[in-house]
Amino acid sequence: MSMFRTLDISATGLHAQTIRLNTIASNMANVDSISSNAQDTFRGKKPVFETIMDEATGLPAGGVKIKDIVENKAPLKMEYMPNHPMADDKGYIYRPNVNVVEEMADMMSASRTYQTNIEVMNTSKQLLLRTIQMGK
Amino acid sequence: MESIFGLHERALQVRSERQQVLANNLANADTPNFKARDVDWRKQLSAAQDDMQRTPYKPDMQKTNSRHIDGFADFTTEDYLKFRMPTQAALDGNTVEAHIEKAQFMENAMQYQASLEFINGRITGIRGALRGE
Repeated sequence: MSMFRTLDISATGLHAQTIRLNTIASNMANVDSISSNAQDTFRGKKPVFETIMDEATGLPAGGVKIKDIVENKAPLKMEYMPNHPMADDKGYIYRPNVNVVEEMADMMSASRTYQTNIEVMNTSKQLLLRTIQMGK
Repeated sequence: MESIFGLHERALQVRSERQQVLANNLANADTPNFKARDVDWRKQLSAAQDDMQRTPYKPDMQKTNSRHIDGFADFTTEDYLKFRMPTQAALDGNTVEAHIEKAQFMENAMQYQASLEFINGRITGIRGALRGE
């Protein structure tokens, strides 16, 4: 039955990569969400992956899950724009600490891993079908 | 009675377990500190061979009561799982190298199909014998 387990494992991979793509999309969408103070400014988010452990054996054998979604600790971008309606007393506006180039690279990586998991599923499906047709 | 499929049945089991291990490696390609694993095929196969030579197709489940039914223990590759030696370790401690894992995965899929072909050949042979052709 372990060929069916393979499908489950790849499915957890797809799920995790989907969440990663979602956070990237959210980061990219908020790249221009400016604010007049540091607290309210959007900070980039990133999921942390973790292996699903087998409870009985304590071995990693069951796919991947999202352990946590952490905020980017990098400093926000302060910009001196005294004429901006959102500027604070000193004339600064705050921009999110989202680096578009980094996000794009991350997106490519996520989409490649997603594709890999799909390929694994397709191969396993073919093997399963052949096994079912054994002896015919 | 010895299995008519001989070692191919075991081979198929190991192949499908290995498929699972490799799929897990690929799913964890972005997990920090994840160490890629693989089945030590040579050891696994020789163990299976030894097992079959000693007592062909023996039930290896433990019986603690006289009324227990003979059974076969679940076949597992756990004892033969080894960590992959990375050619270039990532900074986050992850040792999954997608190209290597993919190549191994493809190879394993082919070998699985080969094992299936061998078994199908046996089935065809036995069918022929039964029909008296």
